Amino acid sequence: MNTSDSEEDSYNERSALVQCESPTIPSYNQDHDVSLPQQTDTKRRRPVSSGLDEPGPVERERASTPDGEEEELTLKYGAKHVIMLFIPVTLCMVVVVATIKSVSFYTEKSSQRLIYTPFEEDPNSVGQRLLNSFLNTIVMISVIVFMTIILVVLYKYRCYKVIHGWLILSSLMLLFWFSFMYLGEVFKTYNVAMDYPTLVMIIWNFGVVGMICIHWKGPLRLQQAYLIVISALMALIFIKYLPEWSAWVILGAISIYDLIAVLCPKGPLRMLVETAQERNEPIFPALIYSSAMVWMVGMADSSNPGSADGRLRNEGGARAQEEEESEDDVAHGGRRRYSAEEDLEEDRGVKLGLGDFIFYSVLVGKAAATGGDWNTTLACFVAILIGLCLTLLLLAIFKKALPALPISITFGLVFYFSTDNLVRPFMDSLASHQYYI
Amino acid sequence: MTVAVFFGCAFIAFGPAFSLFVFTIARDPLRVIILIAGAFFWLLSLLLSSLVWFISIKASNSQDLRLQRDLLIFGVFFSVLLQEVFRFAYYRLLRKATEGLAAISDEDTSAISVRQMAYVAGLGFGIMSGAFSMINVLSDSLGPGTVGIFGDSQYYFITAALMTLALTLLHTFWGVLFFEGCEKSRWWVIAAVVSLHLLVAGLVMFPLDAAGELHITRASHYCFTFIHTARVI
Repeated sequence: MNTSDSEEDSYNERSALVQCESPTIPSYNQDHDVSLPQQTDTKRRRPVSSGLDEPGPVERERASTPDGEEEELTLKYGAKHVIMLFIPVTLCMVVVVATIKSVSFYTEKSSQRLIYTPFEEDPNSVGQRLLNSFLNTIVMISVIVFMTIILVVLYKYRCYKVIHGWLILSSLMLLFWFSFMYLGEVFKTYNVAMDYPTLVMIIWNFGVVGMICIHWKGPLRLQQAYLIVISALMALIFIKYLPEWSAWVILGAISIYDLIAVLCPKGPLRMLVETAQERNEPIFPALIYSSAMVWMVGMADSSNPGSADGRLRNEGGARAQEEEESEDDVAHGGRRRYSAEEDLEEDRGVKLGLGDFIFYSVLVGKAAATGGDWNTTLACFVAILIGLCLTLLLLAIFKKALPALPISITFGLVFYFSTDNLVRPFMDSLASHQYYI
Repeated sequence: MTVAVFFGCAFIAFGPAFSLFVFTIARDPLRVIILIAGAFFWLLSLLLSSLVWFISIKASNSQDLRLQRDLLIFGVFFSVLLQEVFRFAYYRLLRKATEGLAAISDEDTSAISVRQMAYVAGLGFGIMSGAFSMINVLSDSLGPGTVGIFGDSQYYFITAALMTLALTLLHTFWGVLFFEGCEKSRWWVIAAVVSLHLLVAGLVMFPLDAAGELHITRASHYCFTFIHTARVI
C-alpha cells in the first residue's frame, strides 16, 4: 500500500517546537467566539476548539512585564504545562505499544513498501543493508524538504485554498481509511465477527465526528482524543511500512533536519515563521494538539488584537510558535506553541505539533516491536519524556525558537540501543538468578 | 501461569508504589516531573553499570561459568554503588534547582521542600528499579507455561513480586534518609544507606544459590570489601 504524499508530509511538518511570538489571529477568533459559549463546560472556562487552536495570538509585549515576575510565573506554570504535554504523549505511546503488542499485523513485514523508501533492505549483507537504509533516508528527507518548500511557497503566494484542500484530504484519509484498516486488524486478532453495515456505520460516525472536531469545532477533550488517535494511527503505519534499519536512520535524520530547519536563518520553517509574523496572521490550524483552557474572564472580545492573548508570558518555557502550516501536509512543522495571557488570568495551555507525537510513538513502538523486551520500551519512554522536559527547560532559558524533536529522539535512540544491547543481557542474568539491585 | 498470577503479582509488586503515586504525587505536576527525572537517573546508573559489566563479560572467558557468576556478582555490587552515586548526583541537581527557584521567587518558601523531594526521588528510583526487575517476568507470567518444571522453585513469580515490592519501598526510604544525610551533612547516615543497600543486594544472593558455600563466602567477601571501602570513602 502506498500512502499518499499528503499523509507522509502531514506528519513530517508537525514536529518542531518553535518559540517566538506568534501573530494575533483576529479573524479566526471572531468566527469562533460566538459559538464558544455553547461549549462551555464550566461557568468561566471555555475549552478552546480546534479553530481557536491558533497559536494564541501572543503579542510581543514581553518587555512590559518585569523580568522577575515573568520568571516566577514561568516556573510556576511551567511544571503544569509540562504535565499537560506528558499526558497526551504518554497516551499516544500507550495506544501504539498496546496495539503493537497485541495486533500482529503491524509487526509483520510485508513486501510492500512506501514509495518513499524504495530501496529494499537485504537482511543478508550488513553493508548493503546499511547503504540502502541511508539511501532510503535520503529519499525520505528530500521528500520532506521538498514538501516544506512547496508549503512555504504556497504560503508566500497566499494559496490558502490549496493548502486547506490538501489538509482536509489528508485528514479524511487518516480518519476513514486508516482507521478502517486498524479496526479490521483488531477484529481479526480477536476473532470478532463483524458485518459490513455495522462497520460502515461505525467508521462513518467516527470519521465525520473526527473531521468536525478537528477542522471545525468540538469539545476539547474529544478533539484531543481524536488527535491522539490519528497520531497513533499514523505512527502505526510508519512502524509497519518503514524497513527496520531505515526507520532508525530516518528518526535520527529527521531530528537533525528539524534542528537545521528551525535554527538556520534560511531554514524553511524559520522562514515560514517570519512570513507569518510579517503578515501578522496565524498559520493554518494544522493538526496541533491543544490543551488549552481559555478562561475568558470578562473579556469581551478576544479577537481584539490589543487585548487578546495579551502578553507573552514566559511560562515554563514552551513558547512555540504555531507554525503549522497545513496540518497534514507539508513537510515539517508541528510547532509547539505555548502561550499564556496574564491580563485576564487566562491559561491558554500548551500546544504540541502532531509530528512530535508521531515520531515519539514511532520510536517507542519500534522499541516494543523488535525483541519483545519491555525494559527497552520503558527505557525509551522515560528517555523521551525527559527529553521533552529538557526541551521545555531550554525553551525557557533561551526564549527563542527551538525544535522539539532532537533532544527526545537522541535520548530515545541512545537508550534504545544501549538498553537493548547492554542492559538487557545484564537484567536477564540478574532475573534468572533472582538477584536484585 | 494465568491471568490471575499476572494480576496477583502485578498488584503485589506495584500496588503500594502505585497507590503512593496516585495519592501523593499525581496531583502535583512538579512532583511528577521529579519522579520521572528520578527514574531517569536510576536508568542512567543502570546503563553505566551494565556497560561496565558487559565489557568485563566480553573481556573474559565465556566458558568459565564460575568466572561469569563472579563477574555478575561484581556487576551487582558495582551497580549498587553507582546507584548511590547517582542518587547523590540527583540530590545535587535538585538542590541547585530549588535554590534557583527560591532565588527568583517572591515567596519565602519554595514550592517543594527537600523532604518531599527526597521522598519523590526515592520513589522514582524505586519504581524504575521495580519495573525493570519485574516487567519482563510479569509479561512471561501471562503466557503459557509451568513454573519450576525443571526443578527450580515453584514460587518464582511470587518471590519476584515480593522482592520487587520490598526493593521499591526500600529505595523510597533510602531516598529520604540519603537526602536527609546530605542536607545535615551527616555522613554516617549516607554510609549506612549505602551499606544497607549493599547488604540487601548481597543477602538476596544467598538462599537461592544451591551450589552455595563458596559463592556465599565470595559474596560476603565482596560485600564486606565494598562496605569497608564505602566507609573509608
